Amino acid sequence: MNVTLKVWRQKDSKSKGHFETYKLNDLNPDMSFLEMLDVLNEKLIHEDKIPVEFDSDCREGICGQCGLTINGRPNGHHHHTTTCQMHMRHFEDGDTILVEPLRASAFTVIKDLKVDRSAMDRIMQAGGFISVHTGSAPDANSLPIGKMDAEDAFDSAACIGCGTCIATCKNSSAALFTSAKITQLATLPQGEIEREKRVVAMVDAMDAEGFGSCTNTEACEMECPQEISVTNIARMNFEYNRALLLGKK
Amino acid sequence: MLNAKIPEGPLEKKWKNYQEHCKLVNPANKKKLDVIVIGTGLSGAPAAATLGELGYNVKVFFFQDTARRAHSVAAQGGINASKNYQNDGDNVFRHFYDTLKGGDFRSREANTYRLAEISANVIDQAVAQGVPFAREYGGVLANRSFGGVQVKRTFYAQGQTGQQMLLGAYSVLMRQIGLGHVKSYNRHEMLELVVIDGKARGIIARNLITGEIERHSAHAVILASGGYGKIYYLSTLAIGSNASAAWKAHRKGAFMAGVSWVQFHPTCLPQSGDYQSKLTLMSEALRNDGRIWVPKLKGDDRFPNDIPEEERDYYLERKYPAFGNLAPRDIASRSAKEQIDAGKGVGPNKNAVYLDFRDAIKEYGAEEIGDRYGNLFRMYEKITGMSPYKQPMMISPAAHFTMGGLWVDYELMTTIPGLYAIGEANFSDHGANRLGANSLLQASVDGYFIVPVTIGNYLSNDIRTGKIPTDTPEFDKAEEDAVERLKKFVSINGTKSAEYYHKQLGKIMFQHVGVSRSKKGIAKGIELIKELREDFWQNLKVPGGIYEVNSELEKAGRVADFLELAELMAHDAYDRDESCGAHFREEYQTEDGEALRNDEKYMYVSAWEYTGYGKVPKLHKEELTFEVVKPSVRSYK
Ligand SMILES: Cc1cc2nc3c(=O)[nH]c(=O)nc-3n(C[C@H](O)[C@H](O)[C@H](O)COP(=O)(O)OP(=O)(O)OC[C@H]3O[C@@H](n4cnc5c(N)ncnc54)[C@H](O)[C@@H]3O)c2cc1C
Ligand code: SF4
Ligand code: FES
Repeated sequence: MNVTLKVWRQKDSKSKGHFETYKLNDLNPDMSFLEMLDVLNEKLIHEDKIPVEFDSDCREGICGQCGLTINGRPNGHHHHTTTCQMHMRHFEDGDTILVEPLRASAFTVIKDLKVDRSAMDRIMQAGGFISVHTGSAPDANSLPIGKMDAEDAFDSAACIGCGTCIATCKNSSAALFTSAKITQLATLPQGEIEREKRVVAMVDAMDAEGFGSCTNTEACEMECPQEISVTNIARMNFEYNRALLLGKK
Repeated sequence: MLNAKIPEGPLEKKWKNYQEHCKLVNPANKKKLDVIVIGTGLSGAPAAATLGELGYNVKVFFFQDTARRAHSVAAQGGINASKNYQNDGDNVFRHFYDTLKGGDFRSREANTYRLAEISANVIDQAVAQGVPFAREYGGVLANRSFGGVQVKRTFYAQGQTGQQMLLGAYSVLMRQIGLGHVKSYNRHEMLELVVIDGKARGIIARNLITGEIERHSAHAVILASGGYGKIYYLSTLAIGSNASAAWKAHRKGAFMAGVSWVQFHPTCLPQSGDYQSKLTLMSEALRNDGRIWVPKLKGDDRFPNDIPEEERDYYLERKYPAFGNLAPRDIASRSAKEQIDAGKGVGPNKNAVYLDFRDAIKEYGAEEIGDRYGNLFRMYEKITGMSPYKQPMMISPAAHFTMGGLWVDYELMTTIPGLYAIGEANFSDHGANRLGANSLLQASVDGYFIVPVTIGNYLSNDIRTGKIPTDTPEFDKAEEDAVERLKKFVSINGTKSAEYYHKQLGKIMFQHVGVSRSKKGIAKGIELIKELREDFWQNLKVPGGIYEVNSELEKAGRVADFLELAELMAHDAYDRDESCGAHFREEYQTEDGEALRNDEKYMYVSAWEYTGYGKVPKLHKEELTFEVVKPSVRSYK
């Protein structure tokens, strides 16, 4: 198949970016979107041009490092997928495809399609943990946890930290990402002790990093590769208000 | 002869003895000691967090944008721990024995025992962090059996055990970073190890955003840089997985051991074209119900469902009636390659075998099979566009786990004092083959529980040393070397990309130092590797410059190191005239095609010393003595 790509090129975080057009012929529809970009880069190298910078690592949808805006949508037109799990067979022969970095107020472009998402780490540093020291844990079975609670916690914990939710949101809100961790730890008895402290610290960090507020459009859930549910956000709001009521802020 | 510094006493007392007698650093002095950790996988993140919590000054480096992306995140199946929660007769000894036997008696008894001994603590630790392992209705933890062992000792979190374990470790690391005990350097790559007066004292790193070359000193350095299976290009590893950190240490004097011992996973998606960048692992669990076959007729092009029963060869069931489709990974991988090499491979590129659920669906119904494997079937369909409910899956073997790595002693210290290697980067507990679900365990045990203790024994001598300065001749030289090399890459200005060389190298390695090897084949491989390496230094093309974001430059560095390591792997495989574990030498097999070990001559670990670029490495032996267990020969007939 043949496609025309319009790719965002930006030298560094300070420069202005622009689109460049590239044509690729004879692509195999079975290749992944990122492999298609590999082919483009190989071609650019041969033409003595600078290849397109983009991020990826596991290429199996679990590390969260990839992530591009494809035709205006994070990870393209398929719901619930990472960019590395998009395949060319999902496009038509002759398509023109617009490729941009993930866009959000708290993400800066490093070069071309690479963005800086370290604000997400800082939210985690504020409270996305249980304060346990190595070696001081009780026997794992000493604290029974219902199968359903464990599964609910897992569903929240499955977040891959990709930032798709943030890039999808018109407000660049990190609510889905942050609430997934808050919900996971609030669902488990181990997380109970720091429950109020955690939610307040993480929500404050989220605001401090310049992420927008959630206005409940639920677009994030539609695109999240891990199908993290917006009920996590409801839980975060509940936890936050509860902490306020208890005077923990 | 190499000395592993194994503590005195009976096997089950050794670690206790060690801990009772090793030197400690008091809390006030820990503040004066700097430690560098390379990597934030399931070995590096726990090590950095635990050391930070203990009071050391820790710097942690990794090449991804956040610590949570280290490739440990991709592990699916589970993690072993001999907790005996199922009351099925499991215990530390059995876990130890299974591990030692799985490794075909090519690992150290003392280390392997310690792995099993500490395994229970890892699960406690993870649960305390909030890792949501699978549970029973009563609220206790669930287990399954994995990798052909007879007890249920594997803990799991759906098919994302590695992710959940890693996120647990990441969370404690984030906490230590937030508290200011650990400083994190994301998008940084270690380029050189700095050795001063024979001791590891720091690194040279490149900031992958600005391209800046940085000097970082420390009293000790821990490499937790992961496995190097990506040397085969097509593998289950991540795009950035590499051998560079370990190789730089090797060049500075750290021995590497068992380097050619690589586990190939039998159930990966086959390559569909030359553009392909990785082979995705499909869980081994599929082999519980799927039947593996190829057409009896060479080059049979019929649609699989049209091939009648009597024209199918269920070769694993035929050759290994007792284990059938559940034969161990190396046997399953080797048998698949045999079929493919014999021209019976299937799929457009004739490089796969079928894994068929037709009979299972007939027996249990599509719904039940969907309950068991729905996720995996969806994943398969997402990638290939084909539904395993309607036609057999296609699978092929792919490089997956490297048992080999930096040689370490009982304290996980390499042959360079003050340099430690943990996780998949070292050669230690798995011997010549790794038991499924034991490597998440090994990474965790090394990082949470072993290195934080053993490093104190070493650092206690450094409390009066003071900060290690970075304006020394050794740092100057290391930085110069690093920059020199980067300049070389961009100045060759040839015609071929680093990716091209990596792909070529992968083919050579798969063919000559892969699933099965022969003396003649390896010799040919060495020739080809040398030729390719020469070509690389003549015709490589790296566009762009050094002091900017430049992925091609990063790739070139990794491929250059792979090109050297490849030759070492070939030497290692060539030198060992026996078959053991994942090392299958075609000349050494029984009449039925089983691996033929030679305990008389090869009951040792081959540890190699670097002797110079392109020179034949020097062999050192660590003799293995088995005091408790008597090596037996495995049989899966
Ligand atoms: C697909 C897959 C499935 C698996 N499934 C299982 C399973 O079910 N059970 C099991 O027990 N094991 C499994 N394994 C094996 C297991 O996951 C690994 O052995 C283990 O996670 C390795 O952890 P690690 O900490 O050693 O390395 P990694 O997690 O690979 O981490 C390496 C770290 O080093 C850093 N790094 C590397 N080089 C450099 C450099 N030059 N400079 C700076 N930083 C560097 C990286 O950034 C990264 O942070 C699986 C492996 C794969 C690939
Ligand atoms: S919530 Fe979903 S979209 Fe957001 S970071 Fe997590 S996995 Fe990505
Ligand atoms: S590259 Fe890891 S999720 Fe896409």
